[in-house]
Amino acid sequence: MQSYRNHPLWLAFLLHRLSGLGLALFLPAHFYVLGLALTDPGRLDGVLHWADSPVVKFAEFGLVFLLAVHMFGGLRLLALEFLPWPGPQKSLAAGALAGAFLISGAFLLKAI
Amino acid sequence: MEVAVWRGDETGGRYETFDVPAQDNQTILDVVTWIQQNSDATLTYRFACRVGMCGSCAMMVNGTPRWTCRTHVRKVLKGNRLQVAPLQNLPVIKDLAADMDPFFDKWVRVGGRHEPGKTRHDQIEAIPPDTPDRENADAGIECINCSVCYAACDTVRGNPDYLGPAALQRAWTIVNDEKHAGRQQILNTVAASDGCFNCHSMGNCTVHCPNGLDPMNAIAGLKRAVTKNRFKRGG
Amino acid sequence: MMLDVRLYLAQRISAMIMAPLVFIHLGMMVYAIQGGLSAAEILGRTQGSVFWMLFYGLFVAAASLHAAIGLRVIVHETLRLRGMALRALTWGLFAVFFVMGARAVMAVTMI
Repeated sequence: MQSYRNHPLWLAFLLHRLSGLGLALFLPAHFYVLGLALTDPGRLDGVLHWADSPVVKFAEFGLVFLLAVHMFGGLRLLALEFLPWPGPQKSLAAGALAGAFLISGAFLLKAI
Repeated sequence: MEVAVWRGDETGGRYETFDVPAQDNQTILDVVTWIQQNSDATLTYRFACRVGMCGSCAMMVNGTPRWTCRTHVRKVLKGNRLQVAPLQNLPVIKDLAADMDPFFDKWVRVGGRHEPGKTRHDQIEAIPPDTPDRENADAGIECINCSVCYAACDTVRGNPDYLGPAALQRAWTIVNDEKHAGRQQILNTVAASDGCFNCHSMGNCTVHCPNGLDPMNAIAGLKRAVTKNRFKRGG
Repeated sequence: MMLDVRLYLAQRISAMIMAPLVFIHLGMMVYAIQGGLSAAEILGRTQGSVFWMLFYGLFVAAASLHAAIGLRVIVHETLRLRGMALRALTWGLFAVFFVMGARAVMAVTMI
């Protein structure tokens, strides 16, 4: 990585961009699987049972993490842009990451 | 110490290594000057004031844009090595001299010139120095146009039409200046598709500004001002 | 040709709409995953429910817009696509997301 990017706000930007990209690519698959309820309910159950395997559980944990980190990171940006105080942006970036780990960790613990 | 210096022009180039004697107190600009005076007189670079006022001498130092006249070698030296290159996100003229035209063109486009709204017969506005608007403008006028923020901005890197942090901070400065008559025009300029809404608040500008200015939050201020202005004028 | 004030506001307003929806969505996931997922469990909750139809309908509309504009920015900055092609890509992506999402909402909420 180039040295001028080596600071928390740039990492928060990278995390927001990659999580957003990941979520956007996941969206059609998510919609397709739920759409199966209309055309082929048996296959929907098949996909959901397949989702019980540990590998898929871990991938789901990743998705929950992406969603949580994108949401917290987005709230951080909304605060930066719409609230007229500069704000401790580094703490907010760290808080977004911590919140995302908390939620996705809870998800993982419930899932296993 | 070993100093890798980028040599070339707009068609391309490569790094050339020089051996430069270390001193107790030595800036990056001192190093470049030593090379030009003692090793290779054809080395091209730009500087003027040598004291951090003119904004001429910024270069990439070990991958980070810096004002070289006020960057001490011992602060950035890594394993007795230095790498010096022309500012990125700008065309190269030759060696370490970047072509600042795109940077200044954008500055002029948002409002490089003062537009007075009154004649000599009018009373001048009384502007208390402690109003929020004036404090915002006071911060922005300290910009020395060194283009460090412009070179550090990855949004400029991905989108060369983007006005960039310095020009947008300039816009924020005069939007907050009651004596400037063309403020609506500035809001219109920065609202366009190459304007302030491209900023992703990654903060490279604010982190690297050698004068400690905060273009990221200046741009956030512009986003608020343009949005408010938009709703006030009815969508 | 990237983000002007209209696209910016569309992106931020869709984000503000989604913030509470995502909170509920995350809570539902943690709740629903206990004891494994089944089609019957999901459909039992959602089918015939006007609340979930409106909830997910709004969610799909906001997410489709938000994802399309987000991808537009990434494609512009990394692939340098611009002009008509960029506009067509944005609205094409929006249409794909929205149609697939609307179909999914219908699939899980209609009886």
